[in-house]
Amino acid sequence: MSQRVVVTGIGIYSCLGQNTGEVTQSLYAGKSGIIFDQQRKDFGFRSALTGMVQEPDLKNQLSRRQRLGMHQPAVYAYVATKEALDMSGLDIDFLEKSETGIIFGNDSTAASIIEAVDRAKEKKDTTLIGSGAIFQNMNSTVNMNLSTIFKLKGINFTLSAACASGSHSIGMGYLMISQGLQERVICGGAQEINPSSMASFDGLGTFSVRESEPQKASRPFDKDRDGLIPSGGAATVILESYEAAVKRGAPILAELIGYGFSSNGDHISNPNVDGQIRSLKMALKQAQVTTNEIDYINAHATSTVVGDGSEAKAIYDVFGADVPVSSTKSMTGHECWMAGASEIVYSILMMQHSFIAPNINFENPDEDSARINIIPETREQHINCFLSNSFGFGGTNSTLILKKV
Amino acid sequence: MYINDVKMNWEEVIEETRDFLSEEFEIDRNLILPENNLKDTLDLDSLDYVDLVVLIEENLNIKITGEDFKEIVTFGDFFKLVRKKLAL
Repeated sequence: MSQRVVVTGIGIYSCLGQNTGEVTQSLYAGKSGIIFDQQRKDFGFRSALTGMVQEPDLKNQLSRRQRLGMHQPAVYAYVATKEALDMSGLDIDFLEKSETGIIFGNDSTAASIIEAVDRAKEKKDTTLIGSGAIFQNMNSTVNMNLSTIFKLKGINFTLSAACASGSHSIGMGYLMISQGLQERVICGGAQEINPSSMASFDGLGTFSVRESEPQKASRPFDKDRDGLIPSGGAATVILESYEAAVKRGAPILAELIGYGFSSNGDHISNPNVDGQIRSLKMALKQAQVTTNEIDYINAHATSTVVGDGSEAKAIYDVFGADVPVSSTKSMTGHECWMAGASEIVYSILMMQHSFIAPNINFENPDEDSARINIIPETREQHINCFLSNSFGFGGTNSTLILKKV
Repeated sequence: MYINDVKMNWEEVIEETRDFLSEEFEIDRNLILPENNLKDTLDLDSLDYVDLVVLIEENLNIKITGEDFKEIVTFGDFFKLVRKKLAL
């Protein structure tokens, strides 16, 4: 029998704030988290724009051994996950004795690998890399660190699907619980912020160079956009069977009712309208909702001409012109591996506080964006049901639908 | 003798060692005494020995291998090994 799947905790560490409270305020205010990073310019980046977070100091929270294996992805994910667990009323004593798994999205650990290899080259002795590097370097770094710290006993693997990693991690957790294989799964996405992780992406020339106006640079759907802006941090979404959540009196923030996915089987970096439409339709079919029941779409739109255009076409094809749409990437930049999870957190916060966060910098539509209902300023609105898109390199698409309980 | 361009006598080497061990392993430096057990005091697991090798290389500029640790039980044993390696 299929189990209902609910969200019982969320956590966020992003350029919009260090917790859900701060992030709610930023979303409502339409505040951008984009800065000019001189370090990138010095490195040789074409664009020095990025979302930025403060590096958390975990010395008072974790032991030396626990901290040694953590670089940015795991550190950010720890902070977001701690907030989500606290919100959900879950502590280590409970987790140790329960069936709780972790499926986290992550797709790089570039800086930690380069630091370790540089050290070995300099010293000509791999021992001098130290014992923590291997646990920082592997792509499953978030999973191996958090499952150890929080003493998790359930499913445990990392999900890598480019910029749809966070979304698919939630989809996969949903399937685990709905099939009755797990009671509870910690899902999410993490994205490191450093020049090493984004140099090759910058090299493609797809980042905005509007360096004189960092906060105006991310302009999804706007005619005058000139590229995306990388960003990062981590977001956590705790999924749980409805039954288990009710049994322990956990807060129920939303119900996950649909997960659609598809692969374009086409170009490695260009999007594909047909693939996106298939993902949208699959999610709607599984959720058993009509397009009229979707109150808000959190778009994947990253502020590139081709990407935004194809998503606008797909949304128009499936939903027509009316459903309100915004891309929170206008404020955050593209949070890549984390984005699919963070945008679920952002949308749940909007649902909780009855507003639609604006697609800032949307000033002039183009032919495609003019056909859909993009919300350029904060709108007070009740949201009962929302949909979130994530699309990644390699043509991987993911769509999630959540509703109030 | 000179360690990392700083002139030190043996007592200063011991104090320096107590400093970097207590800082890295986050313990009270007053527990680093010749009669105390090194593994238990520093709460070392198998991975930590790698970091001990790194610390010694970085701070005292000498190489210690896993084999060297086989004979070490107390800090006193450890200091003896360091003294031997430094040829003091």
